[in-house]
Amino acid sequence: MAQVTTTEVTLIEAGRLAVQQEMRRDPTVWVLGEDVARGGLWGQYKGFLEEFGAERVVSTPISEATIMGAGLGAALVGTRPIIEMRIFDFVMCAMDELVNQIAKVRYMFGGQAKPAVVVRMPHGMWRNSAAQHSQMLEAWFTHLPGVVVVAPSSAEDEAGLLVSAIRSDDPVLIFDPKDLWGATGRIAEKIEPIPFGKARQLSTGDAVTLVTWSALVPKAVEAVALLTKDGVMVDAFDLRTLWPWDEDAIVASVKRTGRLLVTHEAVEVGGFGGEIVARVVDRLGPQNIKSAKRLGAPRLPIPFSPPLETQVRVTTDKIVAKVKGML
Amino acid sequence: MATRPRPSGAGDNLKRLLELYRTMVRIRAFEETALAAHKAGEIPGPLHVSLGQEGVAAGVCASLRKDDRLTSNHRGHGHAIAKGADPVRMMLELYGREGGSCGGKGGSMHIADFSVGMLGANGVVSGGIPIAVGAAQGLKMLKSDAIVVCMFGDGAINRGPFLEGLNWAALYKLPVLFVCEDNGVAAFTTASSVTAGPGALARAESLGVAGVTIDGNDCPAVDDAVTRLVAKVRGGSGPQFLHAKTYRWTGHTSTDAAAWRDPKEVADAKVRCPIARLEKLLGDRGVDAPDFAVVATQAQAEMDDARAKAKAAPWPKPETAYADVQDVGAAAWHK
Repeated sequence: MAQVTTTEVTLIEAGRLAVQQEMRRDPTVWVLGEDVARGGLWGQYKGFLEEFGAERVVSTPISEATIMGAGLGAALVGTRPIIEMRIFDFVMCAMDELVNQIAKVRYMFGGQAKPAVVVRMPHGMWRNSAAQHSQMLEAWFTHLPGVVVVAPSSAEDEAGLLVSAIRSDDPVLIFDPKDLWGATGRIAEKIEPIPFGKARQLSTGDAVTLVTWSALVPKAVEAVALLTKDGVMVDAFDLRTLWPWDEDAIVASVKRTGRLLVTHEAVEVGGFGGEIVARVVDRLGPQNIKSAKRLGAPRLPIPFSPPLETQVRVTTDKIVAKVKGML
Repeated sequence: MATRPRPSGAGDNLKRLLELYRTMVRIRAFEETALAAHKAGEIPGPLHVSLGQEGVAAGVCASLRKDDRLTSNHRGHGHAIAKGADPVRMMLELYGREGGSCGGKGGSMHIADFSVGMLGANGVVSGGIPIAVGAAQGLKMLKSDAIVVCMFGDGAINRGPFLEGLNWAALYKLPVLFVCEDNGVAAFTTASSVTAGPGALARAESLGVAGVTIDGNDCPAVDDAVTRLVAKVRGGSGPQFLHAKTYRWTGHTSTDAAAWRDPKEVADAKVRCPIARLEKLLGDRGVDAPDFAVVATQAQAEMDDARAKAKAAPWPKPETAYADVQDVGAAAWHK
């Protein structure tokens, strides 16, 4: 097998390199959103204005509805826009354009429309940003026919999944994990696409299946290490994409372990964990499952003050305690 | 810039006037036929017709090329026909039948025909505005000289995307012609009763988008104005605005009798019918009454044929409900 040279980069840099690679490859790929020409809020687009020019790196007014809707319009005439929402919470100002328009045009118009857009929405808790800058509402979008829902947690996945997203003819929603911007990983000089719907196995074991994604992945990895020390072997997965999600891998795992815990940073009530538990129970039959549980945030807005924010977070200790309670 | 002579001028534009006339008559015939079919229970769902507004659709689209794009609103049959959509496929769509322009997935409210640049009607008021400016931005990026026409009503100017979209188009100097088809009503409410200030054009001008207000029932005047505005937009002027005043003869939907409205207001509006008005002009220019009858007969025959075809067409195969959702992850969870 040929040797692939890799470089260690942060998740944010991995995403930047992936978008840069695709913009170099395809002149119809462009990016629009607030402050993208100055490099984006976190430097996701650093150097893009200089390389690609103002027509393909468009800093926009604070007009979320039109950022989203214009992205769609531009896709309908054959370009491939990357719509940057700055932070996830602002998508609420563009919900008509996303939910009523982007997600539906292909279907409503009988296949005439090709809404090939990527919507990047950095989400989750990040440095005490309080209730309107911390949300994890990815479950809403798994409920929305017409879109692909992606929630990477590593530099490698951020890069490979972005490449897939940009090349996809479907609208792809990328939930960049704000809290993991600085996480490092190794990526190849030529970033290959990572297919949607394939989970990444984090550890193997036969005691319990642990499923998570986005910001909770590092905590799940820590929890697995602690549990391993106590002799509890965990089959752990980073789902990576929530729609489509790797149902077969999770079902096969639970078939062996008999136990399933889904944990996410989002509020537990109505979270995507409920769907995963329900599908696995449906497929395997309740009689074949010893325990199937969810662990998410309490049903609260995210508070500002550090001790209050910590209180509502899913932590490594909470994951360990939950798993032990299932054995 | 060359300006065409006013319609009352010499005879060189008679052919164009007849074409405007024919387009209006075809729109009227399509919608009256659809209304009758709806009343007969042949067309399901809501139907928003534009009887009385035909002058705007016909006048706006006469200057457009096939590759120019158009975004429409929920009252879009006329826009689609004027842009060149096939009435048979449209009627099939209204009936929800196989072969409809959207395969029976959209219906009246989501008529689209990308083959003639009609990027879709829209069930959300002002929903087409951001899409139009984005389409214009994409066309500009692709170095196309096609332009985008964005049709919306007077109700739409009170929604945020109107402000956002006009600001955006002006900012990036995009090739968009905004057309506010002002029929005086926002759903069931007189628009002036819920709109502050001097209205659509003043709002556009405040954002640096220039334009004109015209009588939308004077189809040749609409055509004239649009010819000039389109030349500007295609020439790189950035967005332009047309405020076309007209009147909606019917209620909001096919089931709304509009009993809340003063009948005299409707009767007065019918006197200002854009078709009758152009007939008079054409009559003054020597076109005979039998010629009008021929146009009307042909249009009615065309739409009767569309209705008959739609009525006879098969329903879409049930399994097509699952098609065209998305490529990735589409199939596994259908049940």
